[in-house]
Amino acid sequence: MGVIEVVEPGVLTTVQDLGRHGYLRLGVPASGAMDLFALRAANILAGNPEGEACLEITVLGPRLQFLSDALIVLTGADLAPELDDDPVPMWEAVAAYRGSTLSFQGPREGSRSYLAVAGGFDVPVVMGSKSTYAKAGLGGFKGRSLRAGDTLLTPLPTPPLHLAGRRTPRGLIPHYGHQHALRVITGPQDDAFTDTGIEAFLSSSYTITAQSDRMGYRLEGPKIAHKVGPDIISDGIPFGGVQVAGDGQPIVLMADRGTSGGYTMIATVISADLSDLAQGMPGDRVSFKSVSIEQAHEALRQQEATLSRLKELLAAPIVSRQFRIRVEGDVYDISVEMTSMPSTGDGPRASASGRVRLVSESGETRSYGVDVEAGDEVEGHEPER
Amino acid sequence: MYQQPRFRLGGDRALYIEVGDAISPEVNRRVKGLLDAIDKAAIEGVEALSPTYRSILVYYDPLKIPLEELKQRLSDLGLALPDASSSEASIFEIPTLYGGEFGPDLDFVASHTGLSPEEVIRIHAGTDYLVYMVGFNPGFPYLGGMSEKIAAPRLETPRVKIPAGSVGIAEAQTGIYPLESPGGWRLIGRSPLKMFDPSRDPPALVEAGDLVRFVSIDEARYQEIQGEVEAGRYRVTIHRAA
Repeated sequence: MGVIEVVEPGVLTTVQDLGRHGYLRLGVPASGAMDLFALRAANILAGNPEGEACLEITVLGPRLQFLSDALIVLTGADLAPELDDDPVPMWEAVAAYRGSTLSFQGPREGSRSYLAVAGGFDVPVVMGSKSTYAKAGLGGFKGRSLRAGDTLLTPLPTPPLHLAGRRTPRGLIPHYGHQHALRVITGPQDDAFTDTGIEAFLSSSYTITAQSDRMGYRLEGPKIAHKVGPDIISDGIPFGGVQVAGDGQPIVLMADRGTSGGYTMIATVISADLSDLAQGMPGDRVSFKSVSIEQAHEALRQQEATLSRLKELLAAPIVSRQFRIRVEGDVYDISVEMTSMPSTGDGPRASASGRVRLVSESGETRSYGVDVEAGDEVEGHEPER
Repeated sequence: MYQQPRFRLGGDRALYIEVGDAISPEVNRRVKGLLDAIDKAAIEGVEALSPTYRSILVYYDPLKIPLEELKQRLSDLGLALPDASSSEASIFEIPTLYGGEFGPDLDFVASHTGLSPEEVIRIHAGTDYLVYMVGFNPGFPYLGGMSEKIAAPRLETPRVKIPAGSVGIAEAQTGIYPLESPGGWRLIGRSPLKMFDPSRDPPALVEAGDLVRFVSIDEARYQEIQGEVEAGRYRVTIHRAA
């Protein structure tokens, strides 16, 4: 049994998985990770089932002390994580040894980071999910966000530390900016808006306001006019539904949205673009572009293919080579660990991904991530921090 | 009620199926019938269902079932529905202590409507209410059928904390707060029953299609029932609707 102690909780750190979908009819919100792609990738890298629970870490991260060895993975937002004083690479399996402390220096890119631990977190499954819905005190760790002094348990007796170093090829890692160009499917109630209203929505840029949270992102920008009024008979609300109330300002409904609502929805953000929005923060700009349902499904297919590619890559055998070289009289031990992937028809090209470690005689270690694709000119990356 | 169910897109992973555009027991029964049929059909690729007054939001995986096929399957199920004229609804008795500190707005509702508090209670407890849907908060039942005679406006400033079990009125609607939460409804009483309990299966006491009947109780009986609920011994009185 692994033990992690919460020294400082961060601003909002909750246990989340893929969400609680079986009880919508009883008014129980789905909740779950805001960025489902990052959560699934973290689990894949940690060797967990894709839907295992992770910690969702928001903007200002916690301080966690490992009271036993653990294999951890951080994906999603880069909040400048450090293990003791060493930077932690993102999107990579890392060994966190007993006694070490994970902390976060602040956001570099994106706003929500996902921490997976090999074996998952040992919290009760409530109504089919480990996700926290804090408003009703449901699920997760005691139904709430983490507090100082909490102790998280992971059920694995011995963590698979040999998996450390498994990493995501650079080409598969998403990047998050402060401009979010979101593709939408218009409707369900686009017919409730004037042509000018729809034009405003699709051609303007909106700002994410401070009144944005796991429930929804309130945006501010040009007013979107209704034909008659904003009310409908309450309907269910999909993830990414863009609701426009009487004030003409859009609200994008996210993971903790209520199960039903009585305001018109002008459009719905496509699934493949929800991760990008989930990484947005107040002040960021958002724009909307209408696409067809076929285009949306194609984008979803591509996102799934990315995760499949990651899984295949991690399942591929690791080739390990050791070298000893002498440079200007100094001896270095070099180890290269790579996995290689054949190309898949018209899909991705053949590629190899891995890590090169350089250990000098004095014990100083440098580590380099390497990704190559067939046809690349090979060159060294800068050392990763 | 529509002749044929209508579809609307809720993005690329959810589809609305609408059976009508009205709040009525007939439309709602149709929703319930369709919900049961979709549940039973266990369509590969259908992931979750969210029913409301007149529609169901069907969450699906487009990589498992193409949209057109899903629409076809749902249409077929809609056409095969029997006329839901006969109902086998259950009536759930909700013991409620009206007025006093448990229903701080009873006197307001009385003076607003020009009735005595006793008349408000008699009217409120004298009706069987249809649970149209459960939403907004876990276990919150949207009840239909309240008499316009006891309708009252919402609070101008919502309360920050309303105790679980509170029974309220907002315009011509009535409902029960399943969990402690903020809210703006006029509170006329409180029930010792747990409308929602995550450790129970199913966690919500009532679901769409059920009927609810409020039964006025005194404080002694309230305490007694509360004790039995806490000890897990209380059995809710359920009648079969005629």
